[in-house]
Formats: sequence, structure tokens, C-alpha cells
Amino acid sequence: MEIMKPAAAGTLESSDAQVTVEPGEGGIALSLSSSVMNQYGRQIRATVLETLERLEVSSARVTVVDRGALDCTLRARVECAVLRSCGKSAENVPWGGAVR
Amino acid sequence: MKNAVGREIPDFLLTEGREVYQGKNYMDGKYIQKASPRTRRYEKPLESKLTDSIAQALRDCGARDGMTFSFHHHLRDGDYVVNMVMREAIEELGLTDLTIAATSLGSAHDPIAAYIEQGKVTGIQTSGIRGRMGEVVSAGKLKTPAIIRSHGGRPRAIEAGEVHIDIAFIAAPTSDCVGNCRGVGGKSDCGSMGYAMIDAKYADHVVVVTDCLVDFPNMPASVEAIDVDAVVVVDSIGNPKKIASAAARISRNPRDLMMAENVAKVIASTPWFRDGFSFQTGVGGPSLAANLFLEQYMERRGIKMGWAIGGICGPMVELLKKGMVGKIIDVQDFDLEAVNSIHRTPGHCEMSASQYANPANKGAFVGKLDFVVLAALEIDTGFNVNVLTGSDGVLRGAPGGHPDTAAGSRVCIIVTPLTRGRMATVCEHVVTVTTPGDCVDVLVTDYGIAVNPLRQDLIECLDSAGIPHVSIESLKEKACSLVGRPDDLEWEDQVVAVLEARDGSILDVVRKIRPYSPEE
Repeated sequence: MEIMKPAAAGTLESSDAQVTVEPGEGGIALSLSSSVMNQYGRQIRATVLETLERLEVSSARVTVVDRGALDCTLRARVECAVLRSCGKSAENVPWGGAVR
Repeated sequence: MKNAVGREIPDFLLTEGREVYQGKNYMDGKYIQKASPRTRRYEKPLESKLTDSIAQALRDCGARDGMTFSFHHHLRDGDYVVNMVMREAIEELGLTDLTIAATSLGSAHDPIAAYIEQGKVTGIQTSGIRGRMGEVVSAGKLKTPAIIRSHGGRPRAIEAGEVHIDIAFIAAPTSDCVGNCRGVGGKSDCGSMGYAMIDAKYADHVVVVTDCLVDFPNMPASVEAIDVDAVVVVDSIGNPKKIASAAARISRNPRDLMMAENVAKVIASTPWFRDGFSFQTGVGGPSLAANLFLEQYMERRGIKMGWAIGGICGPMVELLKKGMVGKIIDVQDFDLEAVNSIHRTPGHCEMSASQYANPANKGAFVGKLDFVVLAALEIDTGFNVNVLTGSDGVLRGAPGGHPDTAAGSRVCIIVTPLTRGRMATVCEHVVTVTTPGDCVDVLVTDYGIAVNPLRQDLIECLDSAGIPHVSIESLKEKACSLVGRPDDLEWEDQVVAVLEARDGSILDVVRKIRPYSPEE
């Protein structure tokens, strides 16, 4: 998917993560902050990059502000932000395909 | 050298007879030589000890570089006195190389972090360390390792001369002109002044800081004029809204209530739940709610609680007023209901930190305690508890009376949710051991109860009462299945804090954390 416009998903509540995506200049530029950085930073980073890859996003600036979200929450927030950014979140969401 | 809870204690700390932790009651029967302060004679009758400013009081007490100043934390997160005194000492008198020996420190003391970074404050001895100060100490900016002690370990260390207090500062809600202090009757009331009492007796100099000067004699005094050198009146010693909360309310969170009910069930299944039993509880959600369910069991069995100790809050005072508990012995107050009750409600008395929890005196209250209900940041499969460092390795807590009550009580129950956000509370190894596992008996979580295998007697109690329980390993596995397995924290070699067991041996050390940065 191609990031067409800036979009965000998620909140700054405890156990959630706020994900913002913006059009990039080739490649993924990930900015990550987390309340559980020392213990889960590597896993969060891997989860976000895997999800972007599955959505076939190859160029984006991505900002994740994590408040201790579980992996499933992180994946859902990334998926939602990406779909919103290319206008595909209203209908024909690719459930079970790119979105799992 | 490895200690009894499996922690490696660096040899450079084991000097001057200092030992590693060897297990509960290891020091029993040994003798201590008590230290004594060098104090000034006030032989000529003195009209008043009122002094114009803190700076002047510091000068009068001979304040100089390298001294140790002590403070107590009854004003909690509303305290202004620590910052006020340190500002005068460092900015007015130009002192440096100072040590703060406080009963606890909180985020109210964020400004002290800058003095640590400037090298003006070079030593910290405390129970609690949080906020900015916790961050700069964790980052290795304090010149000497911070020393963390329990509320009982501190008076022990003072009496043994391991901490020598040059000047003790007493934050007094009321004082008369010669320094008789009370925790009530002013505009910043804190109730009990129990943590300040030993400081006043063992310090070379004692300075009272108050915002409410009252007529002589201010009796019954918690800190007595016979120990006081100077009295300074300031505009305000603290923010009353943060000193005592309006009322500690019992949680309505169904998860907390379920855990609290299980705590009460466990207590009621033991032989010590009988008329006249003794009890302490924390003020956290599920710990405090245990009061409610315990009361129901007491009514059903037709028994009453003999006495309660600790940090005290409204729900315990309610029980006293209803006649469900005989006496409350109080070292600190958490809410206005408790502040307004001490010395007023018959049976609600004050005690010193030594009387409360000191393992080296001849009979602290914790040693007579039947049950204590406590919280935990983390508990591991060896039942070791951490209440000091966050799961990220940064100092942000306080052992408080946790290790003292756990060691002294017949039954120590830890109540905590299995996970908090993404952090597993029940884990393989706690970051820092603050209460050793040989003092912890039962763990109650929202996913089940586990009993320390050392307590076969309690396992039998639960079994005959039909209370289901599981192994602590299975709770740990359940937690991992919910939140995943965190990466191990990474540390530098530098020791930033030494965690002293209540008996003075070394229980654990905290090293400088190496933070994970995704950009690297």
C-alpha cells in the first residue's frame, strides 16, 4: 500500500499505542518511544516493521508512541493508520489478507 | 559474593564488617553498641529558640561541607521542607558534598536532582526514591551509591552509628517557641510524626521548621524541646492537599475486590484468625479493600481485631470507632480521617519508626503481627519481592515497612494483579530483591493463589478450607502467555544503589541501566 496522506490510529492511554504514518522518501523511517522500551523495544520495533511489510508499505515515516500495548494492539494500530492514510479504511478492508 | 537470595554482591561493598544477606533472623541475639550524639548544653534559661531563617539556623548549628542532614516524610508528596533547607544550605551558605538521609523521598523533591547533577549533594540514604531523583541516581550521577533502607532498617542504622546525623530537620505542623512539636493543630497537619522521633534523639543538632507557632507548652509533643536547637517559622511547610488525601476510598474495581475477598478468605482459614488478632494493610486498591471483607468474616465468627499498626487511613479508623479493633498504633497517616483521629479517638496512639519495625531493638510491633497484606511491583518464583525498581530498571519506589512487616508477621500476603499493562508482575527473577522470599508466605493474584512451599502449614489451612491454589511457576507461565517474554535488562558495572536488608546486611545492588535505543 502507498501512504497517500498523514494518518493516525490509537491513543495515549495505558496499554495502547498511537501510530502516525506520513508519506516517506523511500524506505521506512521509524521513530519509536515506549514506556517499556528497555524490555520490549526490540520486539515492538520488529512487530511494527513486520506489519508494514505485510501491508506492502515500502516508503513511510512512522511514529509510534507506545504505552505498553500488547503485540496484537500494535499490529491493529499500524494496520488502521496505514489503511486510513490511503483511504481504504471505510470499506473493503482486506480482512484475513493484508489485515490479520 | 553471592547472598542467600542468589544476588552477587561486589566485594568492594563488603568492608568494615559488612556482610551479605544470610537469611531471616540471622543477627538474632547479637549485640549492638549504640552510638550517641554530641549535643549542645542549654543551661542558661532560654526565652525562645526562634531563629530568623533556615540559613541562620544552619549557621548556628555549625553547618559545613560534607555534613549529613536528615528529614522525615510525613508531609509525603506535599513536602516543601527538604527543598527549602537544601536550597538555603547550597545557595545561601554555599555548602557542598552534602548527604541527605531521609525516611523517604518522592517526586516533591525533583529539584534535588539538579544538586546531585552539580555534585553538591553527594550522598542519599532513604527508603523511597522516585521522580527526577530516581532517574539521575539510576543514570549514575550521584557520587556515591544511594543507600536504600526499610523503615525498620533506618532506625537500626542510626542507633548503630552507621548513619550519623549532623543536623535533623523536623517538619512540624505545630511547634512552640522552644521546639515541642505535634503533627496536629496547624494548617499542614500530618498526624503521626513517628519517623522523626529517632532522628531527633540521635542527631547532633535538631532544627524545627514549622508554619504554625503555638503557645508553650505544645503537648503531648511528638518531638520534644529537650532535643531541639532552633525553631524556624516559615510561610508554609507543605501543600495540605498532597499531605493527606481527602479520604482513602475502598476500590470498586471488581478485580481488586475479587483479590481482596480472596485475601480475607486466606486469613480466615488460618489458626491466627481468632479474637484479638493483629493486622496491617497497605493503602493500595486490593490491600485496603481486604479490610471490608475481613470485617464480614469477623462479624460472622463473632471476633474482634486486637490491634492494627502501620501507615493508617480512614477505613481502619472506622473499624476502631465501631469497636471492631481495640487499638491503632500509628507511625504515619495517609488521609484526613486518620490525621484527625490520632490522639483523639481513644486507642489511636502514635509510635516511633523504631517501635514500629526496628529489628535490632527489644520488641518492635512488627514482631507481634499476625497478618500483613502488601502489594508488589514484581514477585518472582522464589517469592522474592521488588518494590523499588521499575521493570525498566529505574529507581521509582520504596521498601518502606514492606521487608519489616513481611519478616515479623506470622502470615505475609502479597496481593497484586498478574500483569500491569505489558509488564508481568509474577516473573522469573525480580529486578531488585527488596523483600526476601523467606519472609513472603502467600501470593494472591487475579489469576490464582500461590503459597510459599516453605509454609506447608498454610498449604494445609487452605486445603482444609477448600481454597484452591496453584504453583507460583504456573502463575508466572500464565503471565508470560498474556504479555510475552521481555528482553533482559542491560546494565553497566557501576553500582548506583545498595539495598540494605533490615538487619544491615546487603540484600541486593542496583546498577546503572543501559537504556535500549532503537536508533542504534
